[in-house]
Amino acid sequence: MAAFADFWATYSTLVYSVGIHALLALSLWLTLSCGLLSLANAAFMGIGAYTAALLTLNLHWPFPAALLGGAVAPAVVALIIGAPTLRLSGVYLAMATLAFGEVTRILILNLQITGGPEGLNGIPLLTTGWHIVVILAVAGYGLARIRRSRLGRAFEAIREDEVAARLMGINVESHKLAAFTLGAVLAGVAGALNAHFTFFISPREYGFENAVDILTMTILGGTTSLIGPVLGATILTLLPELMRFLHAYRLAVNGLILVVVVLFLPTGLWDARRFRQLLKNRRARKGGQP
Amino acid sequence: MLEQQLINALTLGSVYALFALGFTLVFGVLEVINLSHGAVFMVGAYAAITAVTRFHAPLGVAILAALVVSGLLGLTIDALILRRLRARKAPHLIPMIATLGVTTMVTSAAQGLFGVEVQRFPEAMLPTGEFVFGEVHLRTLELGIVAVAFLLMALLFGVMRYTRQGRALRAIAESPKAAALLGINVEGLFMLTSFTAAALGGVAGVLIGLNFNAVTPMMGAPILHKGIAVVILGGMGDIRGALFGGLFLGCAEVLSKAYLSSQMGDAVAFGLLFLILLVRPAGLFGRVLERKA
Amino acid sequence: MSLLSIRGIGKHFGGLQVLEDVNIEVPGGAIFALIGPNGAGKTTVFNLVTGLIKPSSGSIAFEGRDLAGVPPHQITRLGIARTFQNIRIFPDMTLLENVMVGRHHLLNYGGLALLFATPAFREAERRSRERALELLSWVKLDHKADATADNLSYGEQRKLEFARALATEPKLLLLDEPVAGMNPSEKAVLMEEIRNIRDRGYGVFLIEHDMRFVMNLCDRVAVLNFGRIIAEGPPDEIRTHPDVIEAYLGRGDEAEVS
Repeated sequence: MAAFADFWATYSTLVYSVGIHALLALSLWLTLSCGLLSLANAAFMGIGAYTAALLTLNLHWPFPAALLGGAVAPAVVALIIGAPTLRLSGVYLAMATLAFGEVTRILILNLQITGGPEGLNGIPLLTTGWHIVVILAVAGYGLARIRRSRLGRAFEAIREDEVAARLMGINVESHKLAAFTLGAVLAGVAGALNAHFTFFISPREYGFENAVDILTMTILGGTTSLIGPVLGATILTLLPELMRFLHAYRLAVNGLILVVVVLFLPTGLWDARRFRQLLKNRRARKGGQP
Repeated sequence: MLEQQLINALTLGSVYALFALGFTLVFGVLEVINLSHGAVFMVGAYAAITAVTRFHAPLGVAILAALVVSGLLGLTIDALILRRLRARKAPHLIPMIATLGVTTMVTSAAQGLFGVEVQRFPEAMLPTGEFVFGEVHLRTLELGIVAVAFLLMALLFGVMRYTRQGRALRAIAESPKAAALLGINVEGLFMLTSFTAAALGGVAGVLIGLNFNAVTPMMGAPILHKGIAVVILGGMGDIRGALFGGLFLGCAEVLSKAYLSSQMGDAVAFGLLFLILLVRPAGLFGRVLERKA
Repeated sequence: MSLLSIRGIGKHFGGLQVLEDVNIEVPGGAIFALIGPNGAGKTTVFNLVTGLIKPSSGSIAFEGRDLAGVPPHQITRLGIARTFQNIRIFPDMTLLENVMVGRHHLLNYGGLALLFATPAFREAERRSRERALELLSWVKLDHKADATADNLSYGEQRKLEFARALATEPKLLLLDEPVAGMNPSEKAVLMEEIRNIRDRGYGVFLIEHDMRFVMNLCDRVAVLNFGRIIAEGPPDEIRTHPDVIEAYLGRGDEAEVS
């Protein structure tokens, strides 16, 4: 028990980070599952973080209500910007969401209420490990349910062939908006949780680099199942810690991993289909023996 | 003073245009959003500063060194990564992520090699001349920057317009398949494009480094964002658009910094960008693509 | 009354006139074919009917209802389903999932039912799966229900596209060159499938340039040439129609009138 307490004292922050990054990776997974290449999720995380932090700091709302606020605010923004933005496809959508992310970051940097470049300080430390575990579990369960429903099938159909999906009676626009908005909700909750255990937030944490980090986790892990993004988030959160001995070069390893995975494991580290295929081959080989 | 600001705007804008030209060239020909273009830009600046401080090369040679080093880096990225992804017909997202990985690697390597501190060209090396027209000061340095940027851009336009390779490149941009059927060496031209684009980016890095006399490993990120902005303004893949977009963004930035707050200028620029994307996805100067069913 | 009425439709892309004053009446419960040389504008007719593009002039009505301004997904829900000339299945989804996508608008449980997997949700999903399996068995693909669609052969992919279109429970099925790229025995099998579909009460409207296939299969044929309807009637009449022979023989390469 004492050993665990020691471990927790040293590494709890790291474990928290893994959970929050996993939530972010899942938020992007949802957006990508509908074929939307969005770089807006870091901005949604920021909107959620600032909303929740301001609610607890200034208005002294209870934590659950602040979390809800951190979910609703990015959802509203996503609904507003989604309708016009989601008409764009592929790289144009990526560029538009990137521009939106930059506008958001620069606004946070310049507004009075957000504390400008200094950010917000003294946010109450309300997030516990349980909050993260429960919310991650709920999110995972919800996404798993969506996958096995008409909604998840529609998302996947839109990703694979938008025109064919449309002619299957799917309202492509409203489904894209749903995927975009639900992704924003998850990112916002992740931001709200994060703000209430780091004590301090600043606009620097929600820029282009962060959007790309989220993308990296999701793609590294693989998007064919829900395990992939969680795995990717875990690896990319722990890796810099394990690579401390490389000092200045440790980020280079991140970059290298990204390149290697993209080149040699196009479906990411965790590909359910590849595993099934391997299993089948092995079974077939065993079955073949007398 | 408006005239002075316009000179600054022209200087900055010409470098933005030079940077964006490479970025848009790669998009137009290879259909890749090359997120390593900012890192290549930074490498160009370091190549020049190393040539100057280590090997005491004159400035002209340093610029040439930057051109070659960054061009070769671009070629390497193409040969090791983009070529494989092309062969696999990977979707748009994939090369974007791969080049992002390259950015992280190269930036981190530069931090390891050169440190995170700002490096500067020795003051003695920089041209110090100045023309004075009334209240307007025109530094030889700025004049040189604009001259180099426009010279390279003119060279590229000339090549694109009047040479066989240039025509072939434009054919590829229209349709790689048709170009291949016409007997054009598509792979070879893809690699040439990667080299050229990176070389232009590297020179842009030196010019920005000279303009502010500051070179850091992190200098690639902001210019990449601006390059993206320029390319969206001018139309993705449109090289003339990149020129106009670059000058426009240079003006917008300098003027909004002079007359608004320094940060809100960026917000206005990106907000504008966001609007343009919604209204005219093919850019202000580009033809609007009719998206087919 | 005919199921689908195309009245005076014209369509131009820029300066290029693709269709001019096209009138087609597609009856229900029968197999109707639109034939014509490549480039005659046949697929454009389908794109207009399914709402993917808007006509430059004229009107389209389905069961007496004007389709102007109705978005494609609503047109599907009204009862028109289609397949594509260059197959457009969802390659990374299983066969079962492909077909279940077609049942999207027929599953109308809400978000909460979905999240809590209520009995109503499970019952709706189960019925949908059963129907999807039944449709897969119609096209004899039920034994591969859990395989991913990209593993299928070309002919199997066409049949999957059929089953997926039928899953939307259409009244009219649009088939865009259903036998393109198939060998004679595959064609024969497919012809049988199409007859079966008609006999189950669906209207079938197909586009084809393989004349032999059409003549043996269809109840009625219309011929499109250079954007205009040049003949319309039962197959026997069309076979001997001088303008049709001219249109096909004039092309040389497609002289398949038997």
